[in-house]
Amino acid sequence: MSGVEGYMYPNEITLYWSVLIVLYPYITGLVAGAFILASLERVFRVEAVKPTYRLALLTALAFLLVAPLPLVLHLGHPFRSPEMYFTPHDTSAMAMFGYVYMWYLMAVLVFEIWLDYRREIVLLSQSSKGLLRLVYKVMTLGSSNISERSLAIDERVGWIVTLVGIPSAFLLHGYVGFIFGSLKANPWWSSPLMPVVFIFSAMVSGIAAVMLLYMALTRLRKQKIDMHCVDTIAMYMFYIFIIDFSLEMLDLIHRIYEADESFRSLNFMAHTKLFFSQIVLQICLGTIVPLILLFLTQVVKLPEIARKYMYVLSGSLALIGVLAMRWNVVIGGQLFSKSFLGYTTYKMALVTREGLLMAIGLTLLPLLFLWVLVKLLPPWPEKNASVAAD
Amino acid sequence: MSAFKDARHLFRFAGLFVLAFLVFLVVRHYYVPKSFGQYGHYRGAAVGEIANLPVKFAGHQACEDCHTDVVAKKNTGKHAHVNCEACHGALASHADDPSTVKPVLPDTAVLCARCHTASAAKPKGFPQVEPAEHSQGLPCETCHNPHSPGMDAPATAAGGAK
Repeated sequence: MSGVEGYMYPNEITLYWSVLIVLYPYITGLVAGAFILASLERVFRVEAVKPTYRLALLTALAFLLVAPLPLVLHLGHPFRSPEMYFTPHDTSAMAMFGYVYMWYLMAVLVFEIWLDYRREIVLLSQSSKGLLRLVYKVMTLGSSNISERSLAIDERVGWIVTLVGIPSAFLLHGYVGFIFGSLKANPWWSSPLMPVVFIFSAMVSGIAAVMLLYMALTRLRKQKIDMHCVDTIAMYMFYIFIIDFSLEMLDLIHRIYEADESFRSLNFMAHTKLFFSQIVLQICLGTIVPLILLFLTQVVKLPEIARKYMYVLSGSLALIGVLAMRWNVVIGGQLFSKSFLGYTTYKMALVTREGLLMAIGLTLLPLLFLWVLVKLLPPWPEKNASVAAD
Repeated sequence: MSAFKDARHLFRFAGLFVLAFLVFLVVRHYYVPKSFGQYGHYRGAAVGEIANLPVKFAGHQACEDCHTDVVAKKNTGKHAHVNCEACHGALASHADDPSTVKPVLPDTAVLCARCHTASAAKPKGFPQVEPAEHSQGLPCETCHNPHSPGMDAPATAAGGAK
């Protein structure tokens, strides 16, 4: 049989979890990471990252809106998806996702964005015209109270929401890792470290994404990039990256030292089918190179332009590395046989419902959502100033 | 009192949540079938509905009552324990009315390949071939009798079939 080497059980020959299931943890990871960056300013009072606070929230929302789409496209019965809410099974981790997702979307992200933007929404509902005015009017929920006291209440409640949001973000993404980590039949996945590794890699990817978006959008707006802000983000990304790398290496070393019955098979895979995506992309290009670049920015006094290039390069590589990590987990975990004697091949389709074009579309869709959100709720301080002046 | 006034918009947001939850409960009430959960995590009424569906398989006893010659042939070969309807399909309608409902004979070039196409996942002792190499598209029944597919000549001479 083409694409199959050695001995596979019949149910293992075809890979059922496609590239869309690779995207799903990647996208939710970006959500969690972006939110953690926002919480740095709100809860941990890291004032330097303030210019990215609102952008991080909008990015998290844009990606969260797309997060369930890969699952719906993969499963193929969109009309059945509400049943996850109506009749959840108490042993189903996926059923729990529905509630965690809804909680995170409405009670954390939408609520926090609404609280943070309420003043601007009220002002825009008065200054804008036509359909947009109606949209802003609806968003005010009929309340135009932007007294100092009410805004102070918003600030306080927003702080609590962010505080609740941090464990919620961990829950949202930790559970994605949990789904893989709890599959005891698959030695590639079955590890209690999986949720933790997923959360830290999510934080790296989310922070990198917001940093790159901030730099790109500021450049597009022909404004000056706040280097103190970007330096601080890069510093946090570096610290979290070190933890992430340590955890991934801990997992790897533990597997090598434990060398259980699956080890030879998994080791063979890492040296053959997954060599490029795991060793080259994930570990070397996606982790070690950005770590070295970020390390250099921390210890060597570099000119601004050099730091910018290094941040862009390390951020992009980190995003590729985390995507490669999701690929290696999802696709890698299905390439070998439970017999440990055979391997199959994943051939990605191009234009099918679960093909490459769909995957690219789903990766770009959050950017489209973000564009709409940024237009509707500008995250830039000078825009706010002009709104206030109106 | 003024604190309450300045926090009124928060109650509006909370009200949205309560409203959404109430809508959810109402929709759930109408959407989830009444018998859901009666026996387990499924619609209880489905059991009765499925039980009332017309039976489609006749069972091998029904075939053996009429097709004694085929059964005798089948019992001599490796397909002795393969149920007739596994290859010929569900034929309760034929068993009920043999003169009017005539089953279509399966195309052996397709049917046999379903089980006997070579795969690394199959036990070594199971007869398996690459159909394109083995028969060049000819129907299997050109050489094999599907009811007793063994051949007098050694199987390896015919390209790996056992």
